[in-house]
Amino acid sequence: MSALFAIAPALPLGKAGKFVAAAYIVFVALILIYVAIMAARAQRLERDLEELRRDVEAARAARDHDRETESVL
Amino acid sequence: MPSTTYGKGLRGLSLATLATIALALALVFFYAPLDADQGFVQKIFYIHVPLAIVSLCGFIFGAALAVGHLRTGDRKWDMRSYVAIHMALIFGVGGLITGSIWAKASWGHWWVWNEPTLVSFLIVLLLFATYQPLRFSIEDPERQSRYASVFAIVAGAFVPLNFLAVRLAQEFVHPRVLTLGGGNLPGAMRLTFLISLVGMALLYVTLWKYEMAAKNARSQVRRLRRTLLGDDSVRPAGRSAAPL
Repeated sequence: MSALFAIAPALPLGKAGKFVAAAYIVFVALILIYVAIMAARAQRLERDLEELRRDVEAARAARDHDRETESVL
Repeated sequence: MPSTTYGKGLRGLSLATLATIALALALVFFYAPLDADQGFVQKIFYIHVPLAIVSLCGFIFGAALAVGHLRTGDRKWDMRSYVAIHMALIFGVGGLITGSIWAKASWGHWWVWNEPTLVSFLIVLLLFATYQPLRFSIEDPERQSRYASVFAIVAGAFVPLNFLAVRLAQEFVHPRVLTLGGGNLPGAMRLTFLISLVGMALLYVTLWKYEMAAKNARSQVRRLRRTLLGDDSVRPAGRSAAPL
């Protein structure tokens, strides 16, 4: 990495540098915002799946209970 | 959309995107020479132009997918078109902001109204910005998807027409760096630009697939819930611009 920096030209980070930095920061920020939105969506999906699992288990338990009642009768 | 899996190959695609963007950034800052006229500020070119090009191609891609929806009537094409336009809008906003920063750095103004390329891009972006409100304004999902597809196709056809109109305009401020005759970018700059463009296109495709995978997973959970527990167990989705 240091070899790469040694051969690289010095970056003129004066007045122009702040505009270039701003442009690239906008790009990175857009990606980060998108990743954050996707993370929130993944959490919501996880919650939905968990809710679905609980509902399915409850339905199964109710069905088993009904069967048991029927066999006793 | 139970038979479609959008997550397939996503890991490889994400890694390829990351590698290409890293290579592009290395080339931009360590390989491409400084522009003789603009100097360091010209480095914005390698991010602004690919963002704008990928955005415009994304709108056309969305229109092509909308054709698929109108031809087949299958709502998964509508979902694909919606996500393509949604992603293209995000890239377009990125292109607009980076362009504005570049304009301020080199022309001293955040926006210039007599520059055909800028104004035409803004028109296209504003046109597609009305896509979501249009969807939102229609409650019936069938009509919503049909109207949205028609809009996507008409607006998508406007993109190349708009591009041609700008190219045919006489008064240019933007330099023409990409032409069918080879353009006027020197070799190192051309290579850097092409790698940046490929990186941005890969990013678009990757994010499109991510979004599709997320929407597909959510839709499958809802469908599963409805199948297992009946329609009453699924909360109403409410009015949404996004197809479900």
